Amino acid sequence: MNAISLRVQHAFPGFALDVDLQLPGRGVTVLFGHSGSGKTTLLRCVAGLERAADARIEVNGNCWQAADRFTPTWQREIGYVFQEASLFPHLDVCGNLAFGMKRAGATVHQDEIRVMAARFGIEHLLGRKPDGLSGGERQRVAIARALLTRPRLLLMDEPLSALDHARKQEILPYLERLHDELDIPVLYVTHQIEEAARLADHLVLLEAGRVVLSAPLTEALSRLDSPLARDHDAGVVVPTQVLGHDEAWHLTHLGFAGGEIQVSQRALHVGQAVRVRILARDISIALSGDNASSIQNRFACAVTGIAPAEDPAQCLVALDVKGVALLARITRLSAERLGLVVGKPVWAQVKAVALLD
Amino acid sequence: MRNLFSLLLLTSLANPAFADEVKVAVAANFTAPMQKIAVEFEKDTGHKALVSTGATGAFYAQIKNGAPFEIFLSADDETPAKLEAEGAGVKGSRFTYAIGRLVLWSAKPGFVDARGEVLKKGDFNKLALANPKTAPYGSAALEVMKKLGVQEALQPKIVQGENISQTFQFVSTGNAEVGFVALSQVWQDGVLKSGSAWIVPADLYAPIRQDAILLAKGEGKPAAEALLKYLKGDKAKAVIKSYGYER
Amino acid sequence: MLLPDSQDWAAIWLTLKLASIVTVLLLILGTPLAWWLARTHSRLRGAISALVALPLVLPPTVLGFYLLLLMGPNGPAGQLTQALGIGLLPFTFAGLVVASTFYSLPFVVQPIQNAIEAIGPRPLEVAATLRARPWDTFWSVVVPLARPGFLTAAVLGFAHTVGEFGVVLMIGGNIPGATRVISVQIYDHVEALEYAQAHWLAAGMVAFSFVVLFLLYTLNPDARRKPA
Repeated sequence: MNAISLRVQHAFPGFALDVDLQLPGRGVTVLFGHSGSGKTTLLRCVAGLERAADARIEVNGNCWQAADRFTPTWQREIGYVFQEASLFPHLDVCGNLAFGMKRAGATVHQDEIRVMAARFGIEHLLGRKPDGLSGGERQRVAIARALLTRPRLLLMDEPLSALDHARKQEILPYLERLHDELDIPVLYVTHQIEEAARLADHLVLLEAGRVVLSAPLTEALSRLDSPLARDHDAGVVVPTQVLGHDEAWHLTHLGFAGGEIQVSQRALHVGQAVRVRILARDISIALSGDNASSIQNRFACAVTGIAPAEDPAQCLVALDVKGVALLARITRLSAERLGLVVGKPVWAQVKAVALLD
Repeated sequence: MRNLFSLLLLTSLANPAFADEVKVAVAANFTAPMQKIAVEFEKDTGHKALVSTGATGAFYAQIKNGAPFEIFLSADDETPAKLEAEGAGVKGSRFTYAIGRLVLWSAKPGFVDARGEVLKKGDFNKLALANPKTAPYGSAALEVMKKLGVQEALQPKIVQGENISQTFQFVSTGNAEVGFVALSQVWQDGVLKSGSAWIVPADLYAPIRQDAILLAKGEGKPAAEALLKYLKGDKAKAVIKSYGYER
Repeated sequence: MLLPDSQDWAAIWLTLKLASIVTVLLLILGTPLAWWLARTHSRLRGAISALVALPLVLPPTVLGFYLLLLMGPNGPAGQLTQALGIGLLPFTFAGLVVASTFYSLPFVVQPIQNAIEAIGPRPLEVAATLRARPWDTFWSVVVPLARPGFLTAAVLGFAHTVGEFGVVLMIGGNIPGATRVISVQIYDHVEALEYAQAHWLAAGMVAFSFVVLFLLYTLNPDARRKPA
C-alpha cells in the first residue's frame, strides 16, 4: 500500500529537487543522503514550509499540494521535529506541549499531557522553562509536542544531529519505541547510517536532488547495486528476536529466519525484537562449515551475486541464508580461490555483530 | 615668501588702517535690509559687519549669557530697554532704527481689498498672525482687530506663527488665506511683490518700533560705533524705506 | 516662584493626548511595516527603509515645511483631504497626529524590526507545524518573543512625540487646546522672557524624559531570548 505520494520539482539557485516517490503509509521511511542532497528540502515541501514550484503531495488520501491547490502548513495534520528543538522560550514545558494540542482542535487534558510526558521521561520538567533543559530533554519535549497534535504524518528533520553521542543514546530508545508504537507514517531525515539502520523500515537515498534508491531497509542495504553497498561501513540489518540467555557462557541467543546468532550477554527480555547490524567487512566466507574456528556465528548460505567493490582488491558478495540477505566484502583473490559463482553453497562466518538497541 | 609678505602688507594698506569687524545680532524680520546695509557699510567704511539673525527673545537670552554680539537690532523697543536697564547695553545708545508697518496680506491676488473689508466679512479659512505674546507684529495685529471690533468673531480662525517669518510662511503656502505680516516681507522697491494686501493705517495700532542698542561688548569699539552711525545715516535710511519700513 | 498656569496644564494635557494617540497609531502602522522590512526580500526594502529612517537625519523643520506644503490647499495631500471632506490638516490636532506619526516612525519601526529579525523564521515555522494560523502565531509567538522590542518602540515613540518641536512649530499654528504642545509653550515662555514658567515646564520635560529612559533601560535589559 503506497499511501504517501510525493512528486516534487523545485529549482533553487544552484540546486534542483526532482523527486517522484511512492512511500508506505506505515512505518518509518528514512530520507538518507549527504548534506545538500535535498532531503531536508523535500521534508519542508511535504510540511508546506517550502512551496515547491511544481508538486503533487498526497498523504493518506489528503492532497496537500497540486497544480490548483496549496494547503498552508497550519492546515496540514503533521507533526514536525526540527534539528534544534525550537521550543518556545516564553512558555514552560507544559505550555509548549499544550500549544499544538490546543490548536489541533483537541481539548487540552492535563492527563494526556502527563501521559505523553511520561512516555518521553519529561514529566518532572513540566513546570520548567526551556532554557533550563538539556539538549536531549528539549528534543524529547519537541517530539512529544509534535505528537500531541495527533498528526497523521510525523516529519523529523535530523532530530539527533545537534546532540552529542551521549544525548543521542539517551533519545534513540524513545525513537525506537515510537517506531514500535506509532501507527502513523514517519518521514525521518538523517545522514547517519547508524540512525537509518536502527529506525528505518523503508529507505530513500537522495543524491543531488534526485532519488537514487527507494526500497525496504533490508533490501536497500543488501542490494549489490545500491550505492550504500559500496560504503566502507556497508552492511545489512537483520531483525531478530531474543531466544534466551546462556548464563554459563554469558551469551545471549538471538533467533532470525536464517538461524541463531550468539552475542555477548545483554539485558534483554526473551522474546524481545532486536535489530542487529552485520557489516560486510565482518563476514568471511568458507566453503565448509565443519572446520574448527573461533567464530561461532556461522550460516550455510548461497551466493546470490558478486560485484566489484570500491577497492579494486576487493569484491562484494551477496548471500542468502534461508531468505535473509547478507553482504560480505572479501578480496577478489579469495573469491577466485574459493571459486565463488552465483548459486554456489558456502558458509558465512560472522566475526562481529552490532546490536542496535 | 617676501612677495607674499608684501602682498599682505599691500592689502592691509588698501583698507583704512582701523578696518575692523563688528558682530551684530539682527531680528529676523530685518534680515534682508541689514544684509544690503552691511554690503554698503563695508564698501564705505572698510569695516565688516558679521550679521547673525534670529528671534529677539533668543538673542536676549544669549546676550545675557555672554554672547559676543556688539550691536543688537531688536524687533521691538522693550528688549533693548531691558538690556540697557540690566547693564548689558550701553546707556544712551538706544535709538529707533526702523518702524515696522503691518499689512493684511493674502497670497491670492484680489483676495484682500484695499480697505480691509475682508476682515469684517470673515470669508476666509484661517487668519495667521504672529504670536502676540512674543512678537510685536502679533500684538499690533491683535490691536487692529480689537479696534475694528472683529477680534471675537475671528478668534476661531486665528493661527499663530512663532514669529513673523513663520506667519508669512503660513500665508504664502496658502494654508492660511490671509494673515497679518510685516510690510517688509511683501514689499519691494515701493510695490507689492505678489498677492493682495491692505496696508493697515498707522492709527489702528501703536507704532512697531524696532530699536537698536550698543551692547557692553561693543563699547568703545570703532567698528561698532561706525555701524551705529551708519544706520542713522541717509544711505541706510533709503534702504530701510525701500523695504517698507518707516523711519 | 510662578506656578504653571492653566495654559501650561492645557499644553501638558494636549501633549500627553497627542503622544498617546500617536504611539497607538504607530504601533498599529509600524508593526506591519516592521514585519515586512524584517521579512521581505523585495528590492524595495532599501528604499522603504531609507524613507522610514529619514526623520532620524532630517531637521524637523524640513519635515514640517514639506508637510505644510503637502497638506496645504495646493499640496496633493491637502487636495485629497479636502476632496474627502476632512478639510485641511495644518493647524488641527489631526494634522499634528499625522505629522508626529511620520516624525516618530523610525523610533517605532526600528526596534520592532530588530526584534522580529532577532526572532528569525524558525519559531514561526514551528508554530505553523503546531496548527497555529498566521494571526494566532503573531499574537502567541511573535508578540511575546518581541516584547522588549515593542516596549522599546512604544516608549521611544511616546517620548519622541512629547519632545517634538520643529514639526509642530511649522504646521501647528499655536492654537491652545489643539496644537499648542509643551515644547511650543516653553518656547513662548522663553520668548516672552517668562523664565520661571519656562523652567517649570522645561525641568518637567527633562525629568519626564529621564524617568522614561531610565525605566526603559532598567526594566528592559535587552532580554532577547533566543529560541531554545
